Amino acid sequence: MSINVLFFARYAEAVGFDSLEMEGDFATVDAVRLALASDPEFAVLNETSLMCARNEEMCGLDEPVQAGDEVAFFPPVTGG
Amino acid sequence: MAIRVQAQAFDPGAEVNAMHAANVGVGAVVSFVGYVRDFNDGLDVAGMFLEHYPGMTEKALAKIAVEAEQRWPLLKLEVLHRIGALEPGEPIVFVGAASAHRQAAFDACAFVMDYLKTRAPFWKKENTSEGPRWVEGRHSDHAAAERWKS
Repeated sequence: MSINVLFFARYAEAVGFDSLEMEGDFATVDAVRLALASDPEFAVLNETSLMCARNEEMCGLDEPVQAGDEVAFFPPVTGG
Repeated sequence: MAIRVQAQAFDPGAEVNAMHAANVGVGAVVSFVGYVRDFNDGLDVAGMFLEHYPGMTEKALAKIAVEAEQRWPLLKLEVLHRIGALEPGEPIVFVGAASAHRQAAFDACAFVMDYLKTRAPFWKKENTSEGPRWVEGRHSDHAAAERWKS
């Protein structure tokens, strides 16, 4: 299945781009994260303060994912 | 309820006036305005850039506003947030809550700001005297949001 992965702010700078298409079987958002984080290029995804969203809704790492989903990883938000 | 995410500057005074202009049943308006400071965490700040997650930003703010409207009897609720480049002294965010009596407006305004701080996908990058830096999330913001859980 195909998942669209987005990175924002400091994470986008750390990995060098802000989106990528991933192919593979992923049960959860955390499975997507782990598949990426095994590559040192994505080490920033190991930060304990990491936040994530699925299809534009904030979620937990245990959130199930489906083909075609948009999954986003980002550092703690700092608006306001 | 009105949600606006915009690069354009805004006038907080005009926003406050608009909160009750169309409804004489409004007895109380509470507003919060957040501004860019020229100093943060020990460094001079010459300006900042506000990144966001287009699409999710509007949804996240609307979700917070809907929850506020369910919790308090509001006559009007407005959330306005800047994105892009901002200079010190410029307003970043406006939250206005209007109700018949003051307590609902006070509480709803504080609730929306506390939730916005921890749940809306904005990130600030400051131009400091030592170069650009991302602003780090604050633990006190999470404690502030927690108080509305009960």
